[in-house]
Amino acid sequence: MARRAGGGNDIQWCFSQVKGAVDDDVAEADIISTVEFNHSGELLATGDKGGRVVIFQQEQENKIQSHSRGEYNVYSTFQSHEPEFDYLKSLEIEEKINKIRWLPQKNAAQFLLSTNDKTIKLWKISERDKRPEGYNLKEEDGRYRDPTTVTTLRVPVFRPMDLMVEASPRRIFANAHTYHINSISINSDYETYLSADDLRINLWHLEITDRSFNIVDIKPANMEELTEVITAAEFHPNSCNTFVYSSSKGTIRLCDMRASALCDRHSKLFEEPEDPSNRSFFSEIISSISDVKFSHSGRYMMTRDYLSVKIWDLNMENRPVETYQVHEYLRSKLCSLYENDCIFDKFECCWNGSDSVVMTGSYNNFFRMFDRNTKRDITLEASRENNKPRTVLKPRKVCASGKRKKDEISVDSLDFNKKILHTAWHPKENIIAVATTNNLYIFQDKVN
Amino acid sequence: MDAGRVFGKKVNGRGLAGGPGCDVCYGLVEDTQEKEGILPERAEEAKLKAKYPSLGQKPGGSDFLMKRLQKGQKYFDSGDYNMAKAKMKNKQLPSAGPDKNLVTGDHIPTPQDLPQRKSSLVTSKLAGGQVE
Repeated sequence: MARRAGGGNDIQWCFSQVKGAVDDDVAEADIISTVEFNHSGELLATGDKGGRVVIFQQEQENKIQSHSRGEYNVYSTFQSHEPEFDYLKSLEIEEKINKIRWLPQKNAAQFLLSTNDKTIKLWKISERDKRPEGYNLKEEDGRYRDPTTVTTLRVPVFRPMDLMVEASPRRIFANAHTYHINSISINSDYETYLSADDLRINLWHLEITDRSFNIVDIKPANMEELTEVITAAEFHPNSCNTFVYSSSKGTIRLCDMRASALCDRHSKLFEEPEDPSNRSFFSEIISSISDVKFSHSGRYMMTRDYLSVKIWDLNMENRPVETYQVHEYLRSKLCSLYENDCIFDKFECCWNGSDSVVMTGSYNNFFRMFDRNTKRDITLEASRENNKPRTVLKPRKVCASGKRKKDEISVDSLDFNKKILHTAWHPKENIIAVATTNNLYIFQDKVN
Repeated sequence: MDAGRVFGKKVNGRGLAGGPGCDVCYGLVEDTQEKEGILPERAEEAKLKAKYPSLGQKPGGSDFLMKRLQKGQKYFDSGDYNMAKAKMKNKQLPSAGPDKNLVTGDHIPTPQDLPQRKSSLVTSKLAGGQVE
């Protein structure tokens, strides 16, 4: 078989690894709630409903025998957030990690921000591979020596030890959000970051925890007039003054912090006009944007609503430049999806490193990729059935109606409890991390 | 066709908005592909309205948003709680149903009902020694 060209064209995806328990009985705490590669792609972080963070590190593989790229193995794990109860407001605060964002690496240590509904924490992850030995007054096991028994002196020296990875919370950014935090985004200045809840967006300095600037406030004076909430927000990858936020009504607002201190008035409003005759009870619900991501270039942004992925050119506000249908066959199932609450599922989306392919999840543990250049799309499944390393994943197909072909799956057979909400793409290579309910799958493109 | 007019008409069990002059015909073939696309959504809407006739007029509006904003809110009335406890001494109340988080309404939570504030010292299974 001829070797296919690289880039976004017709990549063959292979199973690489799967992490997590095999059993079907999923404990709530094990539900994965966020997945994120760091800037080099060497580290992969996951957060779960139990407030825990697990970080995997890619093994530096032997370049000579590169059948596949390095494997990801556990590097560090820690409890990021604990359940809390706000007695004043009678509010239960979940420990679920909503988002993790990595800081770019400045020194030997790694830093990440993790957030639950109310509190953002800056974690430092550092390695320790040496320890001092040869004290005069202490034995190796820590017991103190009787000073009178010391006859000679020696200088303690550092000796190698087994690698220890320690995570410590360096900053805790609390008490700035009345509503539930849905997004955090680090500015390209690497000094500030934003946190967004349903109605407000705050700007923080990474060094300062007792002060935060409110930059967007869409809370109406009378809550009865509430018509939309903020669903996601992100800083522009290059312009430190620019950020966007999406709403439950399917709009995206781009704001420029140079314009004013409070960015309630947008600089640009991105909205696709809707034919009023198409409007139904479900229109607004399915137009709600669950994720917004800038392209690496900063020229485009991608939004995910319930049924589609849209690519917007920042220079054009009146409609997206590309629209990809994720699972259009669900349009005729909206009634039952409303009844079982699936219509409110928040799917995320991501770009590949070169912005040529975008990926998002669906139901039945399916996930979809759209190649922007070839306009081809593919549906793959994260399943333990394709467990052997370097097994090429077979494309899947859903049959919307009528006669079901062999190997197709009908819409009614889809398992709506198996949702892929979180996916991540390595910033430089064709390695993807796909989270099912409680398992993390790693796939990579076929090498050789 | 506009949404208001469609829902002004009676919808029979099969989801057909009947009547002469009506240009909304679920299940019949329309000319353009565009109409094909929106018909499923409207049909689904009709199904929903048939099941829940009292569903609000405003499409997907404030109700969802308020529910979203109030996530995590717990309510407790010490008076109700003490009275329920007194009643319980006389007869056994049925134990809480599956929805333990529902603390309004007739069911008064007791310490046994409330979900445990779980200890979070268990290591994630992703970090465990699971076979790949």
